[in-house]
Amino acid sequence: MEKNVVNQSAIRKADPVSMLKQNAMLIVLVLVYIFFTIMTGGRMFRPNSFNSLINQNAYVFILGCGMLMCMLTGGNIDLSCGSVVCLLGALGATMMVMWGWGAGVSILLMLVVGLIYGCGLGAIIAYVRVPPWIATLAGYLAFRGLGTSILSVSVTNSISVKDNQAFLDIFSGTLFKTPEGEMNIPCIVVGIVAAALVVLVIFKNRATRLKKGYEVDELKMDVIKSVLGAAVIILVMYKLSLAGGIPTVLLWVAGVVLVYAFITSKTTVGRHFYVVGGNIEAARLSGVNTKRIMFIAYLNMAFLTSIAAMTTLARYTAANADAGKNFEMDAISACVVGGVSASGGAGTVLGMVIGATLIGVINLGMFQVNLDANYQRVVKGFVLLAAVVFDILSKKKQK
Amino acid sequence: MNENKMSVSAFFQKYTMIIALVVVVIFFAIITGGKNLLPGNINNLIAQNAYVFVLAAGMLLCILTGGNIDLSVGSVVCFTAAIGCVLMDNDVNMWVAVLAMLAIGLLIGAFQGFWIAKLHVPAFIATLSGMYAFRGFSNVVLGGYQVSISNETFLNLFGGGANCYIPDFIRQAMGTEGKPNLTCLAIGLVAVLIFIGLKLRKILIQKKLNIHQSIPAQLATTAIISAVVIWLTFKLANHKGFPTVLIWIGLVLGIYQYITTKTAMGRHLYAVGGNEKATALSGVKTRNVYWFAYASMGLMAGLAGILTAARAKGIDPTYGEGYEMDAIASCFIGGASAYGGVGKVSGMIIGAVLMGVINQGMNIVGVDSNFQKVVKGLVLLLAVVFDVLSKRQKR
Amino acid sequence: MAKILLEMKNITKTFPGVKALDNVNFQVEEGEIHALVGENGAGKSTLMNVLSGIYPYGTYTGDIIYDGKVCQFHNIKDSEKLGIVIIHQELALVPEMTIGENMYLGNERGHKLAIDWNTTYSEADKYLKMVGLSESSKTQVKDIGTGKQQLVEIAKALAKQARLLILDEPTSSLNEEDSRALLDLMLGFKKQGMTMIIISHKLNEVAYVADKITVVRDGATIETIDNHGTEPVSEERIIKGMVGREMTNRFPKREGVTVGDIQLEVDNWTVHHPLYPERKVVDNVSMYVRKGEVVGIYGLMGAGRTELAMSIFGQTYGVNITGTMKIDGKEVKIKKGADDAIKHKIAYVTEDRKGNGLVLSQSIKVNTSLAHLDAISNHMVIDGDKEYAVAEEYRAKLKTKTPSVEQLVGNLSGGNQQKVLLAKWMFAEPDIMLLDEPTRGIDVGAKYEIYCIINDLAAAGKCVVMISSELPEVLGMSDRIYIMNEGKFVGEMKASEATQENIMALILQSGRGD
Repeated sequence: MEKNVVNQSAIRKADPVSMLKQNAMLIVLVLVYIFFTIMTGGRMFRPNSFNSLINQNAYVFILGCGMLMCMLTGGNIDLSCGSVVCLLGALGATMMVMWGWGAGVSILLMLVVGLIYGCGLGAIIAYVRVPPWIATLAGYLAFRGLGTSILSVSVTNSISVKDNQAFLDIFSGTLFKTPEGEMNIPCIVVGIVAAALVVLVIFKNRATRLKKGYEVDELKMDVIKSVLGAAVIILVMYKLSLAGGIPTVLLWVAGVVLVYAFITSKTTVGRHFYVVGGNIEAARLSGVNTKRIMFIAYLNMAFLTSIAAMTTLARYTAANADAGKNFEMDAISACVVGGVSASGGAGTVLGMVIGATLIGVINLGMFQVNLDANYQRVVKGFVLLAAVVFDILSKKKQK
Repeated sequence: MNENKMSVSAFFQKYTMIIALVVVVIFFAIITGGKNLLPGNINNLIAQNAYVFVLAAGMLLCILTGGNIDLSVGSVVCFTAAIGCVLMDNDVNMWVAVLAMLAIGLLIGAFQGFWIAKLHVPAFIATLSGMYAFRGFSNVVLGGYQVSISNETFLNLFGGGANCYIPDFIRQAMGTEGKPNLTCLAIGLVAVLIFIGLKLRKILIQKKLNIHQSIPAQLATTAIISAVVIWLTFKLANHKGFPTVLIWIGLVLGIYQYITTKTAMGRHLYAVGGNEKATALSGVKTRNVYWFAYASMGLMAGLAGILTAARAKGIDPTYGEGYEMDAIASCFIGGASAYGGVGKVSGMIIGAVLMGVINQGMNIVGVDSNFQKVVKGLVLLLAVVFDVLSKRQKR
Repeated sequence: MAKILLEMKNITKTFPGVKALDNVNFQVEEGEIHALVGENGAGKSTLMNVLSGIYPYGTYTGDIIYDGKVCQFHNIKDSEKLGIVIIHQELALVPEMTIGENMYLGNERGHKLAIDWNTTYSEADKYLKMVGLSESSKTQVKDIGTGKQQLVEIAKALAKQARLLILDEPTSSLNEEDSRALLDLMLGFKKQGMTMIIISHKLNEVAYVADKITVVRDGATIETIDNHGTEPVSEERIIKGMVGREMTNRFPKREGVTVGDIQLEVDNWTVHHPLYPERKVVDNVSMYVRKGEVVGIYGLMGAGRTELAMSIFGQTYGVNITGTMKIDGKEVKIKKGADDAIKHKIAYVTEDRKGNGLVLSQSIKVNTSLAHLDAISNHMVIDGDKEYAVAEEYRAKLKTKTPSVEQLVGNLSGGNQQKVLLAKWMFAEPDIMLLDEPTRGIDVGAKYEIYCIINDLAAAGKCVVMISSELPEVLGMSDRIYIMNEGKFVGEMKASEATQENIMALILQSGRGD
């Protein structure tokens, strides 16, 4: 082992085996993607597929962030988010269509209702100490019912919001829309800027670490990291540019993911989430208000659920009684597949994003190869189980 | 110990759910003008909730092990029922089909239990994946369509169709017809007599061994339970007789009551939920305990699949959705602890009946079915909040 | 000479990276009480776990010869069949179940598929009488006190037809009176021909009850001392074996420390039990600590020491806390919660570092900064570089042995974990440090380093309260000693005046006073 001498950075040698292990899910993702690209004769690689991947899975990324925070506190989950998506969608549609309110007011009120629910749920879990999955199970039952009964004013149990263009533009529109097949310049520009930012951040970080004498990775590792990161971003944006431009929902997703990545890795509150999940007693005795953390976890979950409800409503241009069904399962799966510990205290937003993308790719791929919808569910189930078993086994070996 | 001098508040705490049940029954009796107590409705209450009793019995064991649950039961019910229906649709012998359904249920339970017990995969994740997978499999087996059952014996035996009652042998022998159904009354009477006999024997043994238990209290509960059973059979006798499905419910509840109170495995279930480490140090193989709980849950899901298929005279791919919630809710309303180690079959029965009575009452009154879900959720939440708070007060 | 009931030959047991037992030989004669003594982590419990089959045959090397036969135990059941029954330090009872159910857990009466409850309860009552308990076996375990729970454990062992009874720290959570009763019960069993092994760190009890004393150190049996003489073996004699040298230089000298003004003062402090609010856990305690002073609080486990410290530390333990607290002469009211205590510059270093001290699944860095995140963050945003630097600083200062501060705490040895725990609280920059059993479960070398750290803290003008149940440590490290028993302070003395004898005498007197 090299010794740390002040002002001379140790170089962390790249170890292929541990690299593979750390990035197992990423590699699986790439392999699965290649597999489906071959199986579909390249359809997976067409611009439209990129577009659907983002549109179809937006809610998974958004809810995944919230679920990650809940799971960090000790493997707790929220089973109610799918039903709440249905309820809020129904409320929003009622406000916009039945009562003719504007998009802005309706969005605000949806958010307010979501937050009130979050406060109630958080209080019951954090202060009354009802086990989270029971409290949210009750919500799962109740809010689906409430949402459906709101929608039952219409014969089809569905209220269409397709006339509220403002609302649709905000959550499911396209920025600087151009015809399909034509290169969308703003989209490409955004892609290049984002890629440049990624490279900049990686190397700036390296520079400060070197200056202060901290351990750094080998130079080639950082180069590979930045080249890969930049390439993926530019590729995605290039494909999107051919599909008409940047979908607004991507901005929502990117915004949420970046904010939560920052919160979990850089802030004291984020740190508290990990510590509460790691050892709640130690956290309490170190001055962490553990009850407040639990409260925040579920309030935050409700907040993100509200956003997911809006994107879902916009995507289907209607509030349906079925909206949000199984969303909770998708969010949980994304976390678990992305390496979030089912017993709390470990997991990252990046991991969750990879997990969500993997599930999204599998879903889209199965759809495109015309796999029976029912087998798709079976595959989903086994992917989830396999991910957890993998997680547990790999931890066992480490010990 | 002064069991005779139970304070009023302790009495209410112990029997809250029973009192709640009585209040709810009276409430709906008033609102519906006594409709909910009509023989036909009592019969429906049993038939509609048969799967709840069966699944909740299995679920109770899972919950006892430490607040673990099985989310897959709804899908497994659908899957086993689908297999059975397809088999019978292809003229496979009914008994083979029944056995296949039970065996598949058991296998699925053992499979999920394997991951939970051996690898410590969190129960909710293992069963969540089962929930996805078996819903998908059911669709595959059914090809997305409804499959119906025409096998009369199957229907009669497992509580479906118009003739799912024990024929009135006594009146047949007497050559008369009409109501009340004497066989039904006889079954009720015999059951009560056996029950009273067992209780008296127990009291006598206790006296002989000088174990102190309040005898008047025991006699009182025996009398109340006997009266309820007699009243129930009387109602049923005035409908169409003793429903066959009640035999299965009775059998399951009896066996689970026995398992939880009289067997070593039953003790171990409570012990694992109460203090897993202590249990392991007492030489109990805790893995097997988890395994047992989930295998038994699978078997019950298989049986519930049979009952569901029979009652609906067939199966379609959406059946069984939300069943896990009903089972879980019954257990918690019946006083099972969300942290494991506490809970009784008798409590679970009361929980299931309470949920059933509320559902049916709302149906009769004509409450919107969506709103019923809201009530269900609230009742579940209230039950658990009550449980958590009352425990906190005790401390 | 009596027959050898048990012989353990050349037992070696390795855990990943550690040789817990190294070629251990151990003999027990039939009908004797044999004590196993040694420091924490010396390997006593590991040896007994090998014997009872918790570490099954095949995971260790060497032979167990019991009753003349070589045995291979694959689980607890195997050893229990032969009458080897172990009673663990942490009670193996399920609180929600009755005494009777607990006693026959895993050993049910009647048939497996038909438990005979009447036999269970009547037999249970019989064994309860044998251990002197008058409770009905239908009482729930959570409704009886720890002392009685320990007796239930013994009754449980008797119900398994124990021939060789192993008691691991049976008196660690008992008060003096209950402990004495338990030891006398053991002597009673001996008369009836039972063989027993007792693991204990209370040397006075060992000397009182044991026929032979085997000393274990660093995974090896060092010597076996005969205790048949007219005078019981002296504790110094045993300690010498345990430590491996005379105890003159076990404690580093504290030099150049000037004891200053009173910093912490607590008066008439009373704390009630959170679950049983009528019970006083700390009873009218008054104490003070000066700057630069190390004050020892000695007492047996369960005396209320931890509860006292935690109640001072932001009421993190107890309810209905009354009394006054002054810091630097000014009365302060600390709100409930550790955060307010930290703001008042108090730190509590827990006795249970794995249970409620450290987050084992996180890195050294994260643990070090945990109690004082504000200092390395700006508007709630953590400065990662600063955090790293802080962790490095304390790693170097406390000489924590680790490849990097990114290492997970769970991978460190006990001594190094203790250093990370200390680092966390030193980084919180407290003026008052409450150290609860700061050297529990760490080896002698690491202990010495911890003592040095304590001296440094005192030299920096902090006031240090050191809670310990190891008398030599209290005597060697403190300037002043409070003696605590059953929730009360029963004495205060200068370290220079204190001896083991007069401290133990104070505790015994106070016990009799009730």
